[in-house]
Amino acid sequence: MHADPKGVLTGLHFIDGDHAACEGAIAAGCRFAAGYPITPSTEVVERFAARIPLVGGVFIQMEDEIASSIAILGAAWAGHKVMTVTSGPGLSLMMEHIGYAAMTETPCVFVDVQRGGPSTGLPTLPAQADMMQVRWGSHGDYNIIALSPNSPQECFDLMIKAFNLAELYRTPVFFMMDEVVGHMTERVAIPRPEDIEVVPRRWTSRKPGEYKAYEPGEDLVPEMVKAGDGYRVHVTGLTHDERGYPAMNPQAQDKLVRRLVDKIRKNAHKLVDVRGENLEDADVVVISYGITSRIAAAAVEEARAAGLKVGHLRLVIVWPFPEQLVAELASRVKAFVVPELNLGQMVREVERVVAGRAQVVSVPHAGGTVHQVEDILAKILEVAK
Amino acid sequence: MSSAAVNIELPQLQNPLMQYLRQDRIPHIWCPGCGIGTSLNAFIRALDEMQFDLNKLAVISGIGCTGRVAGYLNVDSFHTTHGRAIPFATGLKLGNPDLKVVVYSGDGDLFAIGGNHFIHAARRNMDLMVVCVNNFTYGMTGGQVAPTTPLGATQTTMPYGNFEPPFNLPYLADSCGAVYVARWTVYHVRQLTRAFKEGLSKKGFVFIEVLSPCPTLYSRRNRLGDGVEQLKYYKERSVVKNGADTREVGLTFQGDIVVGTFVNRERPTWLDAMNEHFSQRFGDRYQRYGVRHED
Ligand SMILES: Cc1ncc(C[n+]2csc(CCOP(=O)(O)OP(=O)(O)O)c2C)c(N)n1
Ligand code: SF4
Repeated sequence: MHADPKGVLTGLHFIDGDHAACEGAIAAGCRFAAGYPITPSTEVVERFAARIPLVGGVFIQMEDEIASSIAILGAAWAGHKVMTVTSGPGLSLMMEHIGYAAMTETPCVFVDVQRGGPSTGLPTLPAQADMMQVRWGSHGDYNIIALSPNSPQECFDLMIKAFNLAELYRTPVFFMMDEVVGHMTERVAIPRPEDIEVVPRRWTSRKPGEYKAYEPGEDLVPEMVKAGDGYRVHVTGLTHDERGYPAMNPQAQDKLVRRLVDKIRKNAHKLVDVRGENLEDADVVVISYGITSRIAAAAVEEARAAGLKVGHLRLVIVWPFPEQLVAELASRVKAFVVPELNLGQMVREVERVVAGRAQVVSVPHAGGTVHQVEDILAKILEVAK
Repeated sequence: MSSAAVNIELPQLQNPLMQYLRQDRIPHIWCPGCGIGTSLNAFIRALDEMQFDLNKLAVISGIGCTGRVAGYLNVDSFHTTHGRAIPFATGLKLGNPDLKVVVYSGDGDLFAIGGNHFIHAARRNMDLMVVCVNNFTYGMTGGQVAPTTPLGATQTTMPYGNFEPPFNLPYLADSCGAVYVARWTVYHVRQLTRAFKEGLSKKGFVFIEVLSPCPTLYSRRNRLGDGVEQLKYYKERSVVKNGADTREVGLTFQGDIVVGTFVNRERPTWLDAMNEHFSQRFGDRYQRYGVRHED
């Protein structure tokens, strides 16, 4: 399905990542957003509030992030594509509803423009320190998808992908920006609507009576209905059976929770989205994501200019982590260098997958600014020796 | 006397109100003597008397004994998270304004953890009907103090009697801008049914408080007898005062209960205000939001 022309501002723009992310959401078909102001994410919803009246949709500034994160789920069950937008402190408040969205399999997008933490931390300065929180933050077992753009153009392009994946997998999808990507202004090309592919909701073709709300299809994802269509659906955050009815027993728990995890895990090979450079002959591979990938790319270039065989693997989809790919690299490279704007989060995932077959070194950074090219270069030189 | 066998086709005897319930979910979890079911009975009667189109109704609950109401009703129903039924309902209603959206939940859910959402939804005049079953306690978790527990009543977390003043819920709703505010007890099934009908027909933020016995926890801990004893109390101490000043309807431990319709007024809903405002701002370029959504 193509994007609705009404929401697409085709042409060249000079806008920041927050604004581009908003345009991406609207182009993807998002017509309902709820949010609560928080730096450095607010511009996304400010633009949404300004744009949506003439596109046909609703923005509501709720009383807090707890309310925002469940208002969008209500709107999703009314048939909308939905998002909420926040930063660290707000994301922490949203955790219960991230679990509720996962449990009820409600398609939704959470935009997290990361800033330094913990707590109020550095409101106006960048970090990439919510990477584990989005993966594991709500209680219980579930799985999610997270994307990490590194430019305003990608804020637009990948936002469409984020919405598409939310529909395909009926799971919360996280859009992991950071303060720098959010506030940096660059050229953004918005394509024509007919060149934008959007995934519609997976509405059921069954009739009421024949339809079971949580009966999965082959890819483990159930088909959806919306309130008001006569299906009389029941949705609960309690462990439920295929009808959606509470089922308080270990068998139901095992069946449901396994499926919630497996629908991502078993489809992980389809979800790999990375950009690799110079991986063929690499002895050392830098793994990065988001804003850090731009500095990492510069470091890799300098290292190659110095004659070192260094490659760069950039994670566009961060969760699910591209296990197979990294495992395969681990069998033929000497070392991995993992720079990130935190004191070591995704590096643990690299270590887990590499499992001792190669050296893994972190280039930690507490945030507030980005790495220096030299910081990353120094580590590359160290492990390449 | 003829002894010829007469073959009479007996109609399937079934309570006509059963169609409103998910029959495959019965028996329910509520205790004998609990008032939640009685309130639900009045709600269903209201739907029946109005011949309400059940495909256009959604019921949202939070968490608690009352929170189970949504799951028993044969309508689109959502059992959400503790305290957050109102913001979920807000999203659902704004997502599809054709739906009548009813929030049905407990006093702890709506006024402790969910208090912030309640006051803002009332302030905005969100088009929702909020039903609060007030049993003065946290039933589901075993009888802890609630923001509605009368002074002096004993609860597991107020073992020497409650010393926190409770909310006066109708006053709270009124002062935040609700367009319809009523209180009845589960003894007043007929009045309650009428209140539900009025609430379902009313546009804007409607609040109906239903006093309801929790014999298992609240009554037992306070030695108030069984469910029937509580109904006797409701019968003997209720005073009907329609239009009462909501400042004066606060409740005390086993004291008088003012019941009635306290507020019934008009105010633009959030969505009407939005449409009106944008129509003025953008003129013909603005298309009123709220027609049915098809993707
Ligand atoms: C976030 C969260 N905190 C606490 C609970 C535990 N909890 C479940 S029901 C409930 C209280 C319900 O009381 P009330 O709303 O008065 O409903 P009742 O059971 O009396 O009908 C609590 C505290 C929860 N489910 N979620
Ligand atoms: S514990 Fe109280 S409120 Fe809960 S079902 Fe039993 S009587 Fe009703």
